[in-house]
Amino acid sequence: MKTLHVSTRVNGDETDFVCAPDETLLDALRNRIGLTGAKEGCGTGDCGACSVTLNGRLVCSCLVLAAEAEGAEIGTIEGLADGDKLHVLQQSFLDHAALQCGICTPGILVASKALLEKHPEPTDEEVRYWLAGNLCRCTGYDKIIRAVQDAAQKLRSA
Amino acid sequence: MRYAIPKTAAEAASLLMEEAARVLAGGTDLLVQMKSGARSPEVIVDIKHLPGLRDISREDGGFRIGAAVSGAEMQEHADLVAAWPGVVEGVNLIGSTQIQGRATMAGNLCNGSPAADGVPAQIAAQAVVRIVGPKGERDCPVAEIPTGPGKISLGRGEFVASILLPARPERSGDAYLRFIPRTEMDIAVAGAAVNLVLAADGTVDQARVALGAVAPTAMLVEEAGAALVGTKLEQPALDALAKACEAACKPIDDKRGTVEFRTHVAGVLARRAARIAYVRAGGRA
Amino acid sequence: MAFDQQQKRDFKVVGTRPVRPDGIDKVTGRAMYGADLSAPGMLVARVLRSPHAHAKIVKIDISKAEGLPGVKAIVTSADLGRPEDEALRDTQDNCLAYDKVLYDGHPVAAVAATTPEAAKAALAAIEVTYEKLPHVTDVDAAMKAGAPVVLDGRAYEEVPAGWSQNVTNHCEFGHGDLEAGFAKADLILERSFKTEATHQGYIEPHACLASVGPDGRGELWCCTQGQYMVRETCAGILEMDASQLKVTPSEIGGGFGGKTTVFIEPVALALSRKAGRPVKLVMTRDEVFRASGPTIQSSTDVKIGMTRDGRITAAEATLRYSGGCYPNMTCMMGAQAAFAAYDLDAVRTYGWNALTNRPKEISYRAPGAPTAIYAVENVLDEMCQELGLDPIDVRLTNAADKGTKSSYGVTFQDIGLKTALEAAKAHPHYSAPLGPNQGRGLSCGFWFNFGGNSSVTLSVNTDGTVNVTEGNPDIGGSRASISMIAAEELGIPYEHVRTLVADTASIGHSDTTDGSRVTFMVGLATIKAAREATQKMCARAAAIWGIEPDAVEWIDGAAQPAGPNAGKFPPMSLAEIAATSLKTGGPIAGHCESTADGAGVSFGVHLCDIEVDPETGFTKVLRYTVVQDAGKAIHPDYVEGQMQGGAAQGIGWALNEEYIYGEDGLLQNPGFLDYRIPVASDLPPIDTVIVEVPNPGHPYGVRGVGETSIVPPLAAIANAVSRAAGVRLHELPMSPPKILKAVMAKG
Repeated sequence: MKTLHVSTRVNGDETDFVCAPDETLLDALRNRIGLTGAKEGCGTGDCGACSVTLNGRLVCSCLVLAAEAEGAEIGTIEGLADGDKLHVLQQSFLDHAALQCGICTPGILVASKALLEKHPEPTDEEVRYWLAGNLCRCTGYDKIIRAVQDAAQKLRSA
Repeated sequence: MRYAIPKTAAEAASLLMEEAARVLAGGTDLLVQMKSGARSPEVIVDIKHLPGLRDISREDGGFRIGAAVSGAEMQEHADLVAAWPGVVEGVNLIGSTQIQGRATMAGNLCNGSPAADGVPAQIAAQAVVRIVGPKGERDCPVAEIPTGPGKISLGRGEFVASILLPARPERSGDAYLRFIPRTEMDIAVAGAAVNLVLAADGTVDQARVALGAVAPTAMLVEEAGAALVGTKLEQPALDALAKACEAACKPIDDKRGTVEFRTHVAGVLARRAARIAYVRAGGRA
Repeated sequence: MAFDQQQKRDFKVVGTRPVRPDGIDKVTGRAMYGADLSAPGMLVARVLRSPHAHAKIVKIDISKAEGLPGVKAIVTSADLGRPEDEALRDTQDNCLAYDKVLYDGHPVAAVAATTPEAAKAALAAIEVTYEKLPHVTDVDAAMKAGAPVVLDGRAYEEVPAGWSQNVTNHCEFGHGDLEAGFAKADLILERSFKTEATHQGYIEPHACLASVGPDGRGELWCCTQGQYMVRETCAGILEMDASQLKVTPSEIGGGFGGKTTVFIEPVALALSRKAGRPVKLVMTRDEVFRASGPTIQSSTDVKIGMTRDGRITAAEATLRYSGGCYPNMTCMMGAQAAFAAYDLDAVRTYGWNALTNRPKEISYRAPGAPTAIYAVENVLDEMCQELGLDPIDVRLTNAADKGTKSSYGVTFQDIGLKTALEAAKAHPHYSAPLGPNQGRGLSCGFWFNFGGNSSVTLSVNTDGTVNVTEGNPDIGGSRASISMIAAEELGIPYEHVRTLVADTASIGHSDTTDGSRVTFMVGLATIKAAREATQKMCARAAAIWGIEPDAVEWIDGAAQPAGPNAGKFPPMSLAEIAATSLKTGGPIAGHCESTADGAGVSFGVHLCDIEVDPETGFTKVLRYTVVQDAGKAIHPDYVEGQMQGGAAQGIGWALNEEYIYGEDGLLQNPGFLDYRIPVASDLPPIDTVIVEVPNPGHPYGVRGVGETSIVPPLAAIANAVSRAAGVRLHELPMSPPKILKAVMAKG
């Protein structure tokens, strides 16, 4: 199997890595670049723990080949905060106790950010359907929905 | 194993002539199959960079949708959604928001699943598939693409380049409904698409009904469409529609549903989808 | 005041809602879970698993695989010893099959290689010769004489005639005269129920990184609910001294009981020992479903007698559980819990366990209780319907209270069931109108809660801050609650305390994080450690002031003279004492290594509204309310989180989650796609009401809260569905095909 060289941008930083042709973007992020914030919960696109943005579009990084990242812009949980300043969503998740074990949290935050960029004023139902691909087994989702809505409100009035 | 990005359709077709070559568009089926070991391609042919494959363009009053256009991009295309809401909602039911960012209508078709949500409404819409291969281009009715579970009629070296949804006459509307046990993230247990064109007085003039997940392939049920023509979707017409759908079902028992359940629910969904399509076509329910 | 005496006090920190200490790491992606750590020279491991439900292993030939490039070690059960302890042997055999494979996915060999591809190729090159055996995956079938026997020589000593040797465990509880009780009843109902096995469904697959050096010393990083349990088990299997194996728990991405044993850790250690290099082993989701702990499959008969006005006169239940391919006693907890909510004169429960060709059952949140109480509460609801009685009134009439002798023998102290029932009755949810095809369901739930052993060290730093070091992985926000308890006791701000979960070499043994015991037990140990530290600080102040140590007491975060006779000195704060501590007698710390009973049982009441689509059997959960007694909620957000999370899991269990085995005995749905846990759009907001009836066994009144919440949803949903659909269902999950079938049969 021939190794490929990929040049991409991750969270705004130019990043190069080598990968196998059948390697997923998730594996490349975690094992080649050392960004372990995206998690593998299933590897089949059913849990959303590996959510990242690819050229601004929310995707499961387990269902993207690393080779497809050539020339692309990748956004991960590690790029959500601005230095030591948390993103409004991150702070809202802390304030609303919207996480327990935290394994789904990076994916849910990345997905929620994509949601609020597209729909700044979603209904609860829209939030729930948007996040249907992000499984959380701890919280029953209740506090997550509240946290997203509170962040949405704060972002709107910012 | 190799990963290839062809720059021209001819190059793609030639790559696809190789042993164990697979097309990569959205990858949401292919990568899952590679993970499970169900497929071990030798060449992955990424067609996303071919000219036109990421475009939705107008053609003869209809819409040509490139094979690498994602579900999310279809949903964001207001004119397309207005003309073919049923087709778009079928595609949009595939997987999560994340899947929508990648999955394509053409990929959903070419995966060959009998339960593919993107397919019944295309059949009802009489979509035409443009296929590119070693011998050039050809067009094919969408219903002739799937031939059985996991099987499609494309020849070696061929791939779908785009799908044409035809122009809409006035007073037309379509709808697609599927049944899943949860609200999201499941494979259809049964699906029904209805495409209607109404006469000026609201009587159904043309009707096409297609079902998914109740036979080896998604299929057009002509008797079901016929049951609606000349009616205003009165109860007897809807009952006849459901009956025709049930009669056409040849489902299997599996972990997702029983034969009886799938058969019954296909009829229920067809009735409900017909009502939605009727209203979308301007009929008064 | 005696330590175990209940304190009436105004709390300063306890009961507030500060941000959890692990929060920032978790929202920024920095938190390190099982699969997130790597080591230089690390190999990757993969496991070869049985493709059969039941088969004899005739031969495992690794010769071809060993020679492949990049392959550094291969292990099978032949690389391990044979522990004498039966339970340890079962655990070992579950990690690497001995002479038979007992279920689809049972591990038979493992490979460590330089790349995932090399490991995968090696798995394909291992040749296993199986001799297929007949299998059984259903509990009722497994109990019948003539069923394929899963394990020889493990039958219960007195298996009744006509039953299979698969029956391995039995228990019986109760009191009173059943016959006389049933004779007094105006209505007797007898019903049978069946529930399918479910999986804990944590999002983080099992993962570990093992490193064993040539000197035999080992280090293990893994996601677990109990690092000491992992150490003891792995040391036992690998015949190492416990002192030579250091186990560090990672952040844990969900456990719910499923990470209270080992699956891959001994395998990774064995591979590392053989290869002489660190080995990382991470399960795939498919492996998690096929071969890590699901819960029991159950089959239950319930018979209840009731008077016209709703008084239960007698109650009886027989529980047949299958905990998979090894013996287990989960049926005991089910048999104890079944009628625990009620004050009964005549009650009897019988529990049986039978072996099946399914993976070994591992605890799942209140193991054994949900399925037992589902059956009981379902019959009660049907009786309420039949007699035209209000479901809450009937439960209030029969509810256990302080002094009730429970059905399993214990006499309850202060409990919160009646308070919870009254809160549910007063909740607007209970009287809200219902639309067509909608039904309201209700259920009580119960869990024992455990105490057990824990170790805590509380160190007072010279800058006036405090570290609490404890040995229980944080699965529900316990670092926050432990920090709050320390701050409360010491009288310092929450922000001045940092609680860390230690590796096995840093402090003494702590039992696994299970039984809803951590906030109770580690909290208790923290209080004791804090009081030891404050005593020492009082002694320091006394020495500085030149007065007797017992003339000083700790009030509001400072040492103060105890009364006017002790002398007049300004309070000396923790920070002041800490600042000079190295010159006034040395570092200050408090310790507690202890065990405790008195965890205090917990009750909950759930209400839910369901709409059933009569044409498709689709169910929509419209509204859900959880009422639960927490004793004293340390951090109400995380108490609510436990209540909501348990409810969501129970809703999944009731409606769609299940283990589906084919005729071939293979698991048909080993993935999130077809296992169907609830997604965000499946659920309504989950309202919570925390009831606080203090536990007399804890100085703050704390009860465990983690497990009770998964117990009531099964029956609450079943009762709502049955009322909405107008037909009673007796099987879980109530997936749409089953509901539709019942609705259509009703006509």
